[in-house]
Amino acid sequence: MSRYITRLRMRRTYKWNGRPVGEDRKLKRQYYESMSISVEGKTEDATVSLGQYILIEGDDDDNPFVAQLLKLYTDDSGKKKTAVLQWFVRMCEVPQNKRKLLGRDPHPQEIFFYQDRSCDNEVDGETILGAVQIEYVPVQDPFPVGKSRDILFVKLLWDTKSFRALDPELMQPPQSPKSPPPSSRGPQTRALPTPDPSVMKRAMSGILTRGSMSTGKMSSSEAESLHSASKLSAAKALSAKRRSQAVSGPQVRKKLDLCSPSKNMSRDDVLGELLDERSEKTLTSKLNTSPTGRISISIRLTPLNLNKEECVSPLSSHSPDKPRMTAHDKDDAARAEEEHEDSPINTAATSRSKRKSAQLVSSRIKKQLNLLGNKIDLQSDGEDGDDDDCFIPSKIDLQSSSDEEEEAKIDSEDELIVKKHRGSGTSRSTEKTRVSARTPRKTPSKKTAPATPRTPRHATPSIPSRTAPARKPGNVLEEARARLHVSSVPESLPCREQEFQDIYNFVESKVIDGTGGCMYISGVPGTGKTATVHEVIRSLQQSAEQDEIPHFRFIEINGMKMTDPHQAYVQILQKLTDQKATPDHAAALLEKRFSAPAPKKETVVLLVDELDLLWTRKQNVMYNLFDWPTRRNARLVVLTIANTMDLPERIMINRVASRLGLTRMSFQPYTFKQLQQIITSRLNRVKAFEEDALQLVSRKVAALSGDARRCLDICRRATEICEHSGSQKNSSGLVGMSHVMEALDEMFSSSYISAIRCASVQEQLFLRAVIAEFRRLGLEEATFQQVFVQHQALCRVEGLQPANVSEGLTVCQRLGSCRLLLLEGSRLDLFLRIRLNVSQDDVLYALKAD
Amino acid sequence: MANCLRLKINLCIVRFRGPQSATCCQRSCGHRKYAGQWREITGPAPVKMSKRRSAALTGAQGISLAQKLLRERLCHQKLPDQPVGLDSQYKHLLELLRRTAVHGESNSVLIVGPRGSGKTMLLGCVLRELMSLKEAQKNVLLVELNGLLQTDDKIALKEITRQLHLENVVGDKVFGSFAENLAFLLEALKKGDKSSSRPVLFVLDEFDLFAHHKNQTLLYNLLDVSQSAQTPVAVLGLTCRLDVLELLEKRVKSRFSHRQIHLFSSLSFAQYLDVVRAQLSLPPDFPDPKFSDEWNHSVTKLCEDKTVEEILRRNFNGSKDFRSLHSLLFLAVSRVSVSHSTLREADLIEAWRLISVDSKANVLHGLSILELCLIIAMKHLNDTYDGEPFNFQMVHNEFKKFIQRKSHSIHKFEKPVVMKAFEHLLQLELVRPVDSGVCKVQREYQLMRLMLEHGQVMEALQKYPQCPTDVKQWALSAFG
Repeated sequence: MSRYITRLRMRRTYKWNGRPVGEDRKLKRQYYESMSISVEGKTEDATVSLGQYILIEGDDDDNPFVAQLLKLYTDDSGKKKTAVLQWFVRMCEVPQNKRKLLGRDPHPQEIFFYQDRSCDNEVDGETILGAVQIEYVPVQDPFPVGKSRDILFVKLLWDTKSFRALDPELMQPPQSPKSPPPSSRGPQTRALPTPDPSVMKRAMSGILTRGSMSTGKMSSSEAESLHSASKLSAAKALSAKRRSQAVSGPQVRKKLDLCSPSKNMSRDDVLGELLDERSEKTLTSKLNTSPTGRISISIRLTPLNLNKEECVSPLSSHSPDKPRMTAHDKDDAARAEEEHEDSPINTAATSRSKRKSAQLVSSRIKKQLNLLGNKIDLQSDGEDGDDDDCFIPSKIDLQSSSDEEEEAKIDSEDELIVKKHRGSGTSRSTEKTRVSARTPRKTPSKKTAPATPRTPRHATPSIPSRTAPARKPGNVLEEARARLHVSSVPESLPCREQEFQDIYNFVESKVIDGTGGCMYISGVPGTGKTATVHEVIRSLQQSAEQDEIPHFRFIEINGMKMTDPHQAYVQILQKLTDQKATPDHAAALLEKRFSAPAPKKETVVLLVDELDLLWTRKQNVMYNLFDWPTRRNARLVVLTIANTMDLPERIMINRVASRLGLTRMSFQPYTFKQLQQIITSRLNRVKAFEEDALQLVSRKVAALSGDARRCLDICRRATEICEHSGSQKNSSGLVGMSHVMEALDEMFSSSYISAIRCASVQEQLFLRAVIAEFRRLGLEEATFQQVFVQHQALCRVEGLQPANVSEGLTVCQRLGSCRLLLLEGSRLDLFLRIRLNVSQDDVLYALKAD
Repeated sequence: MANCLRLKINLCIVRFRGPQSATCCQRSCGHRKYAGQWREITGPAPVKMSKRRSAALTGAQGISLAQKLLRERLCHQKLPDQPVGLDSQYKHLLELLRRTAVHGESNSVLIVGPRGSGKTMLLGCVLRELMSLKEAQKNVLLVELNGLLQTDDKIALKEITRQLHLENVVGDKVFGSFAENLAFLLEALKKGDKSSSRPVLFVLDEFDLFAHHKNQTLLYNLLDVSQSAQTPVAVLGLTCRLDVLELLEKRVKSRFSHRQIHLFSSLSFAQYLDVVRAQLSLPPDFPDPKFSDEWNHSVTKLCEDKTVEEILRRNFNGSKDFRSLHSLLFLAVSRVSVSHSTLREADLIEAWRLISVDSKANVLHGLSILELCLIIAMKHLNDTYDGEPFNFQMVHNEFKKFIQRKSHSIHKFEKPVVMKAFEHLLQLELVRPVDSGVCKVQREYQLMRLMLEHGQVMEALQKYPQCPTDVKQWALSAFG
């Protein structure tokens, strides 16, 4: 290391290489992939990129700090460069009194993976000295000899209390193609057989502080790696996967793909030994663990610090965190899966039929084992700890992405045996899969627990899965249509930056302070209220996962999705604690929960959509919702959404409105520019529309309602029209003005006129008679008898045989049924009163043009 | 599906004719002549009779077979091979549903058209074609609701749950409360995703009635699912109301895709005639080619006939939908028997007479002379006082004047007898009390209105068998 001593005195300049690879809107950071360091007097620049091991300037010039580079970013000013690191320690940095814990003499070039959350892992980017090479050495292997003195070896992990075997996974650099693949793995051993009491203790305390949110968090850390993986282009992801597959066998791939919950890994060491011997019984029990049945807090003995390490584990480190939808992730995962199927490297490639049968088998097994109770879940949960050393059959692997739906089928015994035979990994993989398929941020579904107490069995709500997979969009127009569908959630919501920021700041401050508050959000339908709140929550949850802010629970209720306002209590309670109760009881329980002091309680963020439907005569539901946040110990943030701006003034009595407070926000309808931007961002470089066409749609919608949904629907319809007309006269293949015009016409033009034009002769005459009678009376209302007289006269004028009363009434009723006329009940017979539902001018226009 | 379709037809018939026929039945209570006619109009009875008769005779199989075939066609029991004049709508809807079934794209659409314009038929044809696609066949779940049956969200939810065979269904029973059912269904739909779960087609017949449910919860939730990344659904609404979108609440409306397929028939009379011919013709695969040739020939000839054309044109002018045409043709076809094995114009004329007859004119034919006189008196009162309501006393005075001055054939009736006749008219609802005001008035002085048109009275008088001339003259005279 001596060469660095001189360099230290030199002036170094730091420059970003290339363009930012990502951006965090909320933190205003820009992420980079690499940085070049040029040293005065040297022509060659040193480059450090993500995943590389680097040296950091420290007190001791001889031994600069060693670390792995995880992230590089700059703040909005662009001046300050910050690096996020995974530290390594040298033996000399370990406190004197702990050094003997190693039990042997340290190798001079040995360093240790440092696992300590208390240590700040962000440093100034300008303290980086340069790159260094680190080699991972399996625990029982001897240190290689004869290598360069510059290479450092890492064998063990130091968590400030003890040395432990280092999982080579932690050492894997995140998708950096340059970094050498870790040397092939030796057989896995458990370095520290006995659970360290201190670790256990810490784990307990961790649970106390975390509370129930930990489930979601833990399972999410691995899922995060999926996030990052999905960010990559498909090819890159594939290559990364192939590499890891080639290197370390299928279960590594498994991890990459299926994002097994990290707690499995972290609990590994603690519980590993306990689980060395597994009986068949526990094995089978594990098969059935439904994802929801598993969430009992008491059994989570995970040292959370370990999790934390994984949160910034190499895989996840590389990409900036952007909120993403689960659906996307699932899709990506599924796509990745499919790629695997095709990949020649995948030795265990299975045919589709096999895959199907696997699906069937697993679902049957699940079904059967559902009969076993929750107590087995305890064991099985513990078993999750064992993780690394089992082969995962690719059959199950492949089934995973489509395995969310359980089918009610009868189990066949032999298949079960096959399953058992495969070993524990099989079963766990099934389970992991299901966990991963779920949205990581979501609290495990509450419904799976007996949804209806009166139901004879434990019903799981699900729609049967399809037999043939859905087809992917084939051409540009189909692709555009898929992107334009309202359901496809874009990466970010354009045009709502300010609102996003405001809501974000509001919630974040409340979460950090541990206080409560209410916010009222209004806006006409289709202006992105709910979507923006969801995005805020997503990014908050992401920062919570990274421990930037305290953890919180997110609960959503929707006034439209309940049958009665008082059901709000039931739903909140169920989502909060998974309990079922009657509305009154639920209200009492919630009242207790929000008023009782409990220091370890985490903040609850409650989103109440369609607030106006929670109105009751006494307004007690609203009152409670807004009163709880004001309690001292509630730690409740309530975000309410409704359509009207003055809802608090209009429907709320004073004491309710006052509690809601004045934190209000209103979403303005989108302007045409914003609508255009929304479409463009959704299309995301899929060229399907002419510019003018887009502008026409957005201008039209902005003038009418500013409803983004409408805008997207029109565009979607226009692509269809284009597709149909495209077959006849092949113009540009793009959606042009004419198509958009047609779509607009279809959606906005009133159908009354064409209805009148297509009406039968008698119906048209009757309408004429109505107008004639109105003119005669000077009123906008007439009885059937009066109109009928006119009708008969008109018939004679037209040379038709006059209709009799029955026929006349039939005609009148027919016009009434399609609401061209407004009629009274037909009981009144001759005296039923008739009014026009269309303007007289429209009727005359329609009839004249005929 | 078939069951539901039939149900819909029956319902529609009742509703379509509802206003008159319901009251007709009331009115004709105890009136044999009219009641008999009504039975004849409703159809099935004569058909069965003719069938039985023809079966008894030899060589009548052809007729009974042809009748069976045509009956199926005319009673909407069988979907036509191809919807007439709805090609573009057919394509649009099929494409939409195909995308839901194959690509898992969520959609919502309204099929709007007047009654009898073929909404259900169109949907039926589209679904038939969709289900014949291999990739859609086993991938689609169909849920059919009808606004007339599922009158509130609670019932609708149970029905959806039942039809989807969700797990809280045992046998035919759905467990759990309304709130639980809703939560359960939403959870189930939420769990699905675009690529892996089966698309669900929700067919909401009489869509407008769903809009009257409390808070439009069901519509909101269905349309919300169709606009979010959950189980792919297609929400198909069928309605005859053109203003249906105005019924939707603004947030429900925002979630609806605003796709509307309008079914307005722009049929010309020539096309209409073609349809008639096609509807009556026997298919080429009819087992008895000789009979079918004969039959088809007669049908072609029939359509060229002037009187028949006149009848058809009147029917066409009345309404362009095929339902009224079918009921006309149905009556005509059912008159075919062994004695005349082809469709003749007389059959059609008779059928038209039955179908176009004014309901109240029939009732009038069965009145006694005294009752008829009272009706005429009321008509005169109506003329004199320009439609103002009258009471029994006024009618009685008018009647007395007639007896004294003009009548030769009609003797003086005691007042209670006249009162009785008046009450009979009241029961027939030819006269109806004005409902405003207190009912505590003496019967004689209660205000009434005549529920007959001027023309109806005159027409009934013309056709009344053996009507005394002085009564006729009284009716024709300008003043009582």
